[in-house]
Amino acid sequence: MSTDTGSIRFILNGEDISLRHVPPTGTLLDWLRLRRRLTGTKEGCAEGDCGACTVLVGRVVEGRLAYESVNACIRLLGSMNATHIVTVEYLAGSDGVLHPVQQAMVDYHGSQCGFCTPGFVMSLYGLWLSDPAPNRARIEKALQGNLCRCTGYEPIIRAAEAVAEARPSAVFDPIERTRAEVLAKLTSMAPQDTIRVSDGDGRVIVPASLDDLAAVLAEEPKATVVAGSTDVGLWVTKQFRDLNPVVFINHLTELQSLEETTEGIRIGAGVTYSQAFATLCRRFPALSPLIDRIGGEQVRNMGTIGGNIANGSPIGDTPPALIALGATLTLRSREGPRELPLERYFIEYGKQDRRPGEFVESLFVPDLPADTHFAVYKISKRRDEDISALCAAFRVTLAPDGTVADVRLCFGGMAGTPKRAATVEAALLGKPWTEATIEAARPAFETDYKPLTDWRATAEYRLLAAKNLLIRFFLETSGEIVQVRRFEDVA
Amino acid sequence: MDQSTFEDRKAISAPMHASLRHDSAHKHVSGTADYIDDMPEPDGTLHAALGMGDRAHAEILSVDLSAVKAFPGVVLVLTAKDMPGENDISPSHRHDEPVLAEDKVEFHGQAIFCVIAETRDIARRAARLAKIEYRDLPHWTDVTDTLENGGTLVTEPLTLKRGDAEGALETAPNRVKGQMRVGGQDHFYLEGHIALAIPGEDDEITVWSSTQHPSEVQHMVAHVLGVPSNAVTVQVRRMGGGFGGKETQGNQFAALAAVAAKRLNRAVKFRLDRDEDMTATGKRHDFLVDYEVGFDGDGRIEAVKANYAARCGYSSDLSGPVTDRALFHADNAYFYPHVLLTSQPLKTHTVSNTAFRGFGGPQGLVGGERMIEEIAYTLGKDPLEIRKANFYGLPGSERVLTPYHQTVEDNIIHRIVDELEASSDYQARRKAVLAFNETSRVIRKGIALTPVKFGISFTATWYNQAGALVHVYQDGSIHLNHGGTEMGQGLFTKVAQVLADAFQVDVSRVKITATTTAKVPNTSATAASSGSDLNGMAAYDAARQIKQRLVAFAAEKWGVSPDEVAFVPHHVRVGEALIPFPDFIRQAYMARVQLSAAGFYKTPKIHWDRAKGMGTPFYYFAYGASVSEVSIDTLTGEYHVDRVDILHDVGHSLNPAIDRGQVEGAFVQGMGWLTTEELWWDDRGRLRTHAPSTYKIPLASDRPKIFNVELAEWAEAAEPTIGRSKAVGEPPFMLAVSVLEALSMAVASTADYRLCPKLDAPATPERVLMTIERLKAQKEE
Repeated sequence: MSTDTGSIRFILNGEDISLRHVPPTGTLLDWLRLRRRLTGTKEGCAEGDCGACTVLVGRVVEGRLAYESVNACIRLLGSMNATHIVTVEYLAGSDGVLHPVQQAMVDYHGSQCGFCTPGFVMSLYGLWLSDPAPNRARIEKALQGNLCRCTGYEPIIRAAEAVAEARPSAVFDPIERTRAEVLAKLTSMAPQDTIRVSDGDGRVIVPASLDDLAAVLAEEPKATVVAGSTDVGLWVTKQFRDLNPVVFINHLTELQSLEETTEGIRIGAGVTYSQAFATLCRRFPALSPLIDRIGGEQVRNMGTIGGNIANGSPIGDTPPALIALGATLTLRSREGPRELPLERYFIEYGKQDRRPGEFVESLFVPDLPADTHFAVYKISKRRDEDISALCAAFRVTLAPDGTVADVRLCFGGMAGTPKRAATVEAALLGKPWTEATIEAARPAFETDYKPLTDWRATAEYRLLAAKNLLIRFFLETSGEIVQVRRFEDVA
Repeated sequence: MDQSTFEDRKAISAPMHASLRHDSAHKHVSGTADYIDDMPEPDGTLHAALGMGDRAHAEILSVDLSAVKAFPGVVLVLTAKDMPGENDISPSHRHDEPVLAEDKVEFHGQAIFCVIAETRDIARRAARLAKIEYRDLPHWTDVTDTLENGGTLVTEPLTLKRGDAEGALETAPNRVKGQMRVGGQDHFYLEGHIALAIPGEDDEITVWSSTQHPSEVQHMVAHVLGVPSNAVTVQVRRMGGGFGGKETQGNQFAALAAVAAKRLNRAVKFRLDRDEDMTATGKRHDFLVDYEVGFDGDGRIEAVKANYAARCGYSSDLSGPVTDRALFHADNAYFYPHVLLTSQPLKTHTVSNTAFRGFGGPQGLVGGERMIEEIAYTLGKDPLEIRKANFYGLPGSERVLTPYHQTVEDNIIHRIVDELEASSDYQARRKAVLAFNETSRVIRKGIALTPVKFGISFTATWYNQAGALVHVYQDGSIHLNHGGTEMGQGLFTKVAQVLADAFQVDVSRVKITATTTAKVPNTSATAASSGSDLNGMAAYDAARQIKQRLVAFAAEKWGVSPDEVAFVPHHVRVGEALIPFPDFIRQAYMARVQLSAAGFYKTPKIHWDRAKGMGTPFYYFAYGASVSEVSIDTLTGEYHVDRVDILHDVGHSLNPAIDRGQVEGAFVQGMGWLTTEELWWDDRGRLRTHAPSTYKIPLASDRPKIFNVELAEWAEAAEPTIGRSKAVGEPPFMLAVSVLEALSMAVASTADYRLCPKLDAPATPERVLMTIERLKAQKEE
């Protein structure tokens, strides 16, 4: 067994921290509240869905210092190396003068019971730092991961709009005034060698590079690899799973590359949804309404597309779209890389083609051929920050004569894995792209899928909605507007 | 002797009716407002966790706790036999709610034991290690299953009857019969249940509890400990939301923490995890409403007969008064010439349902509104026309008697609806919606205007009392305490304004203090929207007593008549002299004037004879109306609320900013209840929607895209309430019914508005789509 080397180092508000003992499943929230008595950050759900625990985390991305909102309740302490954690207590000046986002929340009556308020303040502060003139759509997006049960949100939105409009220039801003200093510090905290710390029997491993990661996993094939912890966090807080050791990869810059080639995009497994958004949606505009609706902003700032695939969930939001796009996955171990079509990675419920010692390295998404229509539809009980009842990706390439030359349809939530609708595809292939063809193909969904009934939807609804989405796709390819949209100008 | 500066003579900062911000707002935004989990823990504090059963209905054959006790860090495991007093916390005093289950469990998740450990994490982990043997008994979680299995009741049903409903239904020109399902709702207060028990000397104990009802927690803790109430002090400064979910549901955790704390002589904290909170505590009752309505060709109702069957859960809790209130609001704003209403509070093998904003009223009201829809679709008219035809009459009219034989004396619904209809441009927009639907294949729109009339007072008449304790200190600073609790609704702010207004001082001079049973005893729950009506009046009464003594003192000391003494901004005027308030108080103290008073208030005029179903249970009514416009996707059932306009009556508002916040917040919460918030039990009787990942309350992006909220500025309570204001907590919750009805209209468009969609709640996208499918099939028949 390895012995401890190094420590987990980060900045908490204005203080440098170095921890030699970190439990592998210890959460950032518990550490803040119980060890540091920073009780402004609240626990509302302990599963990353309510946002009461929102803090900002600064990290170095491509040489720049970026601050993002995250859920402290499911963020693990071992993942905090070389970050700057900012809690609500840090916002006001030492003279007690509130930050403009706080003052606006007071002036516009944005708090009632006040329990969710620190989380809203932090999300709005994150928005303040990243967007000097957010519109209403952007504000709502920044607040997708924050639940309020008292206000009905109206005064909070009014506060956010007012502060965006006024945007006082000379304010005490705890982050802006220390940017250079913090950037230098965080850069110096990046591990040169693998960090190994422990707490009792529990071990935390923070590899310094991909090669280190491959070596660690060869030694420790049972280790849990954690990137965003948006799923693993719940194994800890809700299922009490003993994960040991935990290997953190969220900091590995080699996994965070987003490489555009003439054929498509290669996405590193550690790229978060937020990081990938701009590039991915420029290349595949149809993905933007989907990625906008994955989790809340905090989850998109933590969660990675690699993780969404690696965990093998049948209701992950990105796999249906990526399978329809024909993405390929690169896995890697000490023996080297291995490529396979993403589709083949998902074997059955709870079983993926990932061998001991392997980790997901990257994903390649090829460009769409010409004359191809592509759309992704997510159906959930609540529009935002909900898990799909079903998620559908449609891709059809039309021949010059108007017949279907190529077709890939993939659904989540309809089977034990993300799965293509092979029979429906067969019913469409080679046929003229007309409503009659669609009508004739619709019953084939019953052959492809035997969905479950659960709390998200009944089997009947899932099937009917799947069939109807084919109509939606058809109508949209003919230019009709057939969806209810909140904003015409969604960012 | 005027010693004041010009500055001092300005008006006071926040009299009654001013839009003062929430007293804790600056603390909320800076993270310095302390909730119970944020308070420093006493040295050696232990932590509790529930050991929950995993059967919906079963006999407990054996409980093996050896692994729990052996888990490192576990200090104590409590079971039913460890309760020193009674193992009972039934708020209805029917002895049907054990603290810990003894020989049977009656819902999936019922507490069987309680672990006390060095850390919360240890307690929670250890709680999963018990080995429990059961003998399963048949269970039914749903109203329909329960009715098919004998329909046992948890408490006595209620009948409201006036005239001859059966006879009038026979002779009515039109008659429609139907059924409506209305779902329940989890409170989803952001702060879950928590209690911190700190042992004291002898039999004493102090419990900090996140509760709307400190006096009941006090009584329950005393009862379970087997000590008199005077040994128990219960305190709460603020809750992170309540909504009714902390009226009775905190009793269990407070009692268990107290038992462990006394036994171990160490402080014990009990904070539930969100999933445990949602599994182990009660929710809004869901209902199955069977209705029959008779009406004439103009849509005027001649008779109504309805039965309201409710999923009450395994024990009575507050289900009696909740199902009663459903009947009290089955009429909403409509006069029923002949009426027969019955309740059926059913025992189900689910967690015991409890109070939730509106307290059964919303479910009663939405049933009444379904009948209006049925009439409208039968006659092919705009439902608004039917509503207007059936409103209660104005005073003097013959159409003013409710099903419970109270006369509606303060009706303003006509004016509210007329003004809103005009300001929202309802008629033109309805035309536009109809035109849009004619040409749109997939997207359909709907618009609806619905009214609210809501009765204010606890129907348990004795609850309508309140106390306050006010001290004025020698420096002129004021200490305010009352029996109400702060859960975010701004009660403390409003009552502080009442006091500042009474003494004519800045509100900053008034210190708001935590609610405690040691200062004001025998309080009622902060519930039924009554907080500021009751506690505002009690504080006003305390101020009145102190002022009376001060006036007598001043008259004597300065030799003026009492009429010549007045409280003016920051001063007391004595004859021609203006004395700064602190100086005046100092002189009163030196003259040995008692500067402290206990105020008291009880609501006048109300009485209720439940056996006869007759009386005046409500002091007054609050009114409001809303217009909602929605768009639906007929391929998937997805929808969006495009615009909402609200006009709501809060009387002469004590604080318009806070009241507006209540209206907006209640509306969105009500919208959640009727749209995306769905409780789902599996066939084992497990609630599977027990966390925000599975239970979906509205987000910022769900609120109406255009949201126009106005308070009726001309409104004033007809009764002498505090500042002629009206209660605001619950009534606006029901404004959200217009969203359900607008969705219903959009659905109806798929069958040319000829069939009543009978869209049940919650109208999830699935329910919307499946209702469209049903209409399509019906249309083809």
